[in-house]
Amino acid sequence: MATLSNKMNAYDEMLKGIWRDNPVFVQVLGMCPMLAVTNSAVNAIAMGLATFFVLVSSSFLVSGMKAIIPKQVRISIYVIIIATFVTVADYTLLALFPAVHKELGAFIPLIVANCMILGRQEAFASKHSVKFAVMDAVGMAGGFLLAMFALGSVREILGEGKLFGISLFGENFEPWVIMILPPGGFITLGLLLLLFNWVGERRKQFLAQVAAVD
Amino acid sequence: MSSRSPTPPQEPTPSRLVGSLAVAGFLSGLIIIGIYVATLDTITENKARELREAVFRVLPEVTQMQKLQYDGERVVLKENGKDDENTLYAGYDDKGNLAGYALASDGPGFQDTIRVLFGYQPANNKVVGMWVLESRETPGLGDKIYKDAAFVTNFDNLSTEPPIVTVKRGTRSRANEVDAITGATISSKAVVRIINQGVEKWHQRLPLPGNEPQLKSEGRT
Repeated sequence: MATLSNKMNAYDEMLKGIWRDNPVFVQVLGMCPMLAVTNSAVNAIAMGLATFFVLVSSSFLVSGMKAIIPKQVRISIYVIIIATFVTVADYTLLALFPAVHKELGAFIPLIVANCMILGRQEAFASKHSVKFAVMDAVGMAGGFLLAMFALGSVREILGEGKLFGISLFGENFEPWVIMILPPGGFITLGLLLLLFNWVGERRKQFLAQVAAVD
Repeated sequence: MSSRSPTPPQEPTPSRLVGSLAVAGFLSGLIIIGIYVATLDTITENKARELREAVFRVLPEVTQMQKLQYDGERVVLKENGKDDENTLYAGYDDKGNLAGYALASDGPGFQDTIRVLFGYQPANNKVVGMWVLESRETPGLGDKIYKDAAFVTNFDNLSTEPPIVTVKRGTRSRANEVDAITGATISSKAVVRIINQGVEKWHQRLPLPGNEPQLKSEGRT
């Protein structure tokens, strides 16, 4: 394992979460908060930041303690660690940003059940050094945050004609209410997945062409 | 887990497994208690401030308020203790005259309980303001019960005799009618029902005119 870690590039570990292995657009993980709270850009960013905090802290702790966690009960301990950080995030948000907390409500505690977070602990943090675990978590959480923002801003712009609560189109714009309702979440997610895969495909073709010319 | 190193030389004993979980649970409990205690003051303060602001919103021209409590027979000044469903707020104008009461009421909405604070003047059976304290109504539709100013202002001067009813948007003609929100009829009706229930519950309890509780000299603002 140590030799593998040495060959890995820390920045590459971070970048893979943002693009190549994006938790939302490529792995399609964490769909529950993704669809539920992306009805406005602010909610999406708040949720993304809460998830960022939980994922990075949990990966740090799990990676740091991997030697003393018995492997038979590792999943339970990961869940305890994640749940503790989620509670910390929940109370902090409630104390500092009560208005945002009111909007996100039930979905903050549900970060515990976000499979992206547990997945990173089991698949990565528990097998790699603290440095790589944190880099990986930052990348994955950053990718999640970007995807949340992409969905939240598209839905807010079309569904309310606003971005961050600022009106964009003036009085005559008729909001597409469906975009901030659950079906709008699925539609937007589907279209963004399509776009993401299309761009990926084009990139592959381009690289193949370049290789052929060479 | 085939990629993991081969089976460890010794399986940990059951007591070690139980022990690790217990230690993890204990430490997690300590951290949770710590963050709870650390944020409790701010959270209580936020809630109290939010409620105070709501009282000033639902009662026009009110500059001072005090907390009252219905003790089963009559309304008395509340000195301390936790708020419950028998707590109410009295609003006073600059000169210390009673301007109305802010009453809290809750009931089922479209998705979850809606909790509403409304300003009430028992002398002329009037609701003078409405503010949603808690709700989880559908974003974009049901949440208009507090985001749509046109709906909220319905309650600024509303007769409760006979009880409030909802009518189709734009057809409001009588003093006890509320324009429902298009696309959120259930939420609109829920708010009206909750206020009617609140009025019914409180009207008999409130002191008669001329017998109102006086503003304590150091009335909080």
